[in-house]
Amino acid sequence: MGAARFLYGFVVGDDWTVAVAMVLALGVTGVLAADHISAVWLVPLVAIFMTGVSLRRSTRKRRATG
Amino acid sequence: MTGAGVVLLTTFLASAVEAIEMVIIVLGVGAARGWRSALMGAAAGFAVLAVVIAVLNVALAAVPIGPLRAVVGTLLVLFGLQWYRKGIARVAARGLAGMSEEAVEEDDIPASGMDWVAFVLSFKGVLLEGLEIALIVVSFGLAAGQIGLSIVGAVAAVVVIGAVGFALKGIVTRIPRSLLQLVVGTLLTSFGTFWSLEGLGVTWPQSDLDIVALLAVYGLVAAAYIALERRRIHQATPAVA
Repeated sequence: MGAARFLYGFVVGDDWTVAVAMVLALGVTGVLAADHISAVWLVPLVAIFMTGVSLRRSTRKRRATG
Repeated sequence: MTGAGVVLLTTFLASAVEAIEMVIIVLGVGAARGWRSALMGAAAGFAVLAVVIAVLNVALAAVPIGPLRAVVGTLLVLFGLQWYRKGIARVAARGLAGMSEEAVEEDDIPASGMDWVAFVLSFKGVLLEGLEIALIVVSFGLAAGQIGLSIVGAVAAVVVIGAVGFALKGIVTRIPRSLLQLVVGTLLTSFGTFWSLEGLGVTWPQSDLDIVALLAVYGLVAAAYIALERRRIHQATPAVA
């Protein structure tokens, strides 16, 4: 149980939407790479976008709880 | 320059690139989360590496480094992004000051015992980079018919870069925690992005130089988000009469 909690915290952390979006982006990039299409820009773009979304969500949550 | 000199220099330089990545991860994790667990993780990584090399020997070339890079890179980028986001939020809120007692309690760093996060991060960094160094030694050494010299070049690179890292340990430890978390988060996210995509078969246009480009992009984005967060904090804080 402790190991599962550790793994969850290590991989997902406090925002599961970022982890899911990144895994999807990696998956799509991998599929494109298999078709010899290079999409090096996709994962960094999703990382940057989801960081902004997560930061905004945290700020709203902090304001709501005071 | 003799053939032997070329082999020595080439394996030294090629191994040094991987050793730098290895040392950066161990140094960053150690400074951010504590040296004991980070160094134990690194030692464990070297121990596993020694066993793998001893068992596989020149068959190391058969190690599926691509899938390994993809897995390690994915884990690094997912974890790195957590520190990246937290680093941005903390630097925006507290500037470059050290973290307050309140903030330290939010962290999951155990007060005693093993910090498994630091252990695993260091372990992965040492194992993956160590395997890449071993592959350089095997592939270049076999091709040049100078395995012994390749090993000397690689070991020398790890020792030299390790010594430089050890010398910088004091400086890195003095960096304020909030900034350190952001810097290490940026490093892990950049390395993780690079390795995960490389492991998935994506060819980076400038090879290892693209890590520098990723660092620059993520760094600039962090600065922009910090400015945005500071504006939001300032707008939310009522003005003092």
